[in-house]
Amino acid sequence: MREGTGERVRWHRQGFPDLTPEANLSRGPRERLIQVLLGLCALVTVCTTLGIAAILIGESVAFFRQVSLAEFLGDTRWTPQFAEQHFGIWPLLAGTLMITVIAALVAIPIGLAAAIYISQYAPDRVRRWLKPSLELLAGVPTVVYGYFALTFVTPLLQRVLPQMQVYNALSAGIVVGIMIIPMVASLSEDALRAVPRSLAEGAYALGATKYEVVLRVVVPAALSGIMASFILALSRAIGETMIVTLAAGATPRLTLNPLESIQTMTAYIVQVSLGDTPQGTVVYQSLFAVGLVLFILTLGMNLLANRIILRFKETY
Amino acid sequence: MTEVQQAVVARFDLRLERRRRLGQILAVILFLATVFGLLVLTALLVEVIREGTPWLDWQFLTSYPSRKPEAAGIKSAIVGSFWLMVLTAMFAVPVGVGAAIYLEEYAPRGWFLRLIQLNIANLAGIPSVIYGILGLGLFVRFFALGRSLLAGALTMSLLVLPIIVISTQEALRAVPQGIRESAYALGATRWQVVSSHLLPIAAPGILTGIILALSRAVGETAPLVMIGALTFVAFLPANLLDPFTVLPIQIFNWTARPQEDFRALAAAAIIVLMVFLFLMNLSAILLRNYYERHRPH
Repeated sequence: MREGTGERVRWHRQGFPDLTPEANLSRGPRERLIQVLLGLCALVTVCTTLGIAAILIGESVAFFRQVSLAEFLGDTRWTPQFAEQHFGIWPLLAGTLMITVIAALVAIPIGLAAAIYISQYAPDRVRRWLKPSLELLAGVPTVVYGYFALTFVTPLLQRVLPQMQVYNALSAGIVVGIMIIPMVASLSEDALRAVPRSLAEGAYALGATKYEVVLRVVVPAALSGIMASFILALSRAIGETMIVTLAAGATPRLTLNPLESIQTMTAYIVQVSLGDTPQGTVVYQSLFAVGLVLFILTLGMNLLANRIILRFKETY
Repeated sequence: MTEVQQAVVARFDLRLERRRRLGQILAVILFLATVFGLLVLTALLVEVIREGTPWLDWQFLTSYPSRKPEAAGIKSAIVGSFWLMVLTAMFAVPVGVGAAIYLEEYAPRGWFLRLIQLNIANLAGIPSVIYGILGLGLFVRFFALGRSLLAGALTMSLLVLPIIVISTQEALRAVPQGIRESAYALGATRWQVVSSHLLPIAAPGILTGIILALSRAVGETAPLVMIGALTFVAFLPANLLDPFTVLPIQIFNWTARPQEDFRALAAAAIIVLMVFLFLMNLSAILLRNYYERHRPH
């Protein structure tokens, strides 16, 4: 079809009678203008990426002129607000990691189970009702989840764990996990659905029961897609901002205790932008350095998930 | 039975009973995990409605924010959210649909197209707070738009652009190839094919994507916090360069305060936001159904 118009024009040049007066419309100035305009629209997406990279790198370079990379990666204290400033990224990384691990513990088993149920067990009627409901869960704004974590989940957990602080990693992590359940579920379900029926039928023919077919044939066959869904969902958890800003606290520290207040990279970025930090100071620039780390981390995970999907596509 | 036969039977004990029971247990566990999300959603809604309903009245909807909870309202936030959504649609829809048309119908297949596709997939996965940093650096500082409605809408447009591009591409891909071929065979130019055939046929899918993208824009908080949308705006924005606030920012601010009354105000504002988002999603579904019944072809 793409060659079609070119072909017609060539015929015309070769002296075939011109049946349509607008035979050259596809090469006309109006058509060209439209093509250029549409191309510029596509270029906006490329410029977005370049813009993000330019701003993050530009301000980070200014930051690393004042704080050495060795301190950034070697120090274990993050105290930009104190008189004695330390800029070691580890407490923020550890906070982000803790939230992500808790979210993974919630979202991976529940999301995968939901994907298996919806794709393998649910009758059509139930599926038509379940899928939109899960999409509803995905449509809840993150600030609403943050409210939920702070005013519902934390008091609920405090009844069981009275020593828990008001701002803590556990309830924020659990709610981040709930937030990414629909993502794990829907991406994993796509992967499970892509498994050819013949594989399952072969297993049934050998006398396997349903759960054996599902757990030992269908799920392993879809494993690459499932792994990709985990990575994408966890990258979302790493970048999640409002839930952790509202519920996890603003205390950057290296700890393994999920009941304490911590700070994630995203929450630090918000904290700096909310304060009246003057432009050009090292604290202001640290926002961009942390943003750069966050960007590299999530970009790496997204690329990895993409690779997994492409590499293991249709290799049953 | 001979000894050998007994041994064979013992060896091939299918334990069918046990395996079936295991399967049933697994099915129940899977079902419970699936409805867990719905239970949480119910708990969330019940909690918000219980807390917020007493504060939700006409005075709340038509007042400006205030230091006194009983006098506070969300007028400026509702108006700000409305304008942000309209402006975001004005910027993001033409560019997003245009980009998708270019990628699907015009761009030569090759490594460059693959690179752009990969880039769009990655853009969709970048945390929203990073878009906020982009908005802060590019629109607020570099283009000196300040903490304005325009800067907020441009930032949001970039954020939702990948969603619109991806859904429009999917809608265009779903149009049967025969439609293109017959239109070209009749001598239509590329743009004639796109504007009079592909877009009308793909419209329901494109519209659904646009509405989903806009409801994302209405619910986002972090990017607007980054570009400095204010939390205390006691006036309505009169032009594009005025400061503004939106519902999620107001909710964030009230939730972050320790006083019980402000938390309840946050719940009331959440009800308004969720009702609005629900109506948007409902309209997306209705639009899609309408177009499916009244297909142009």
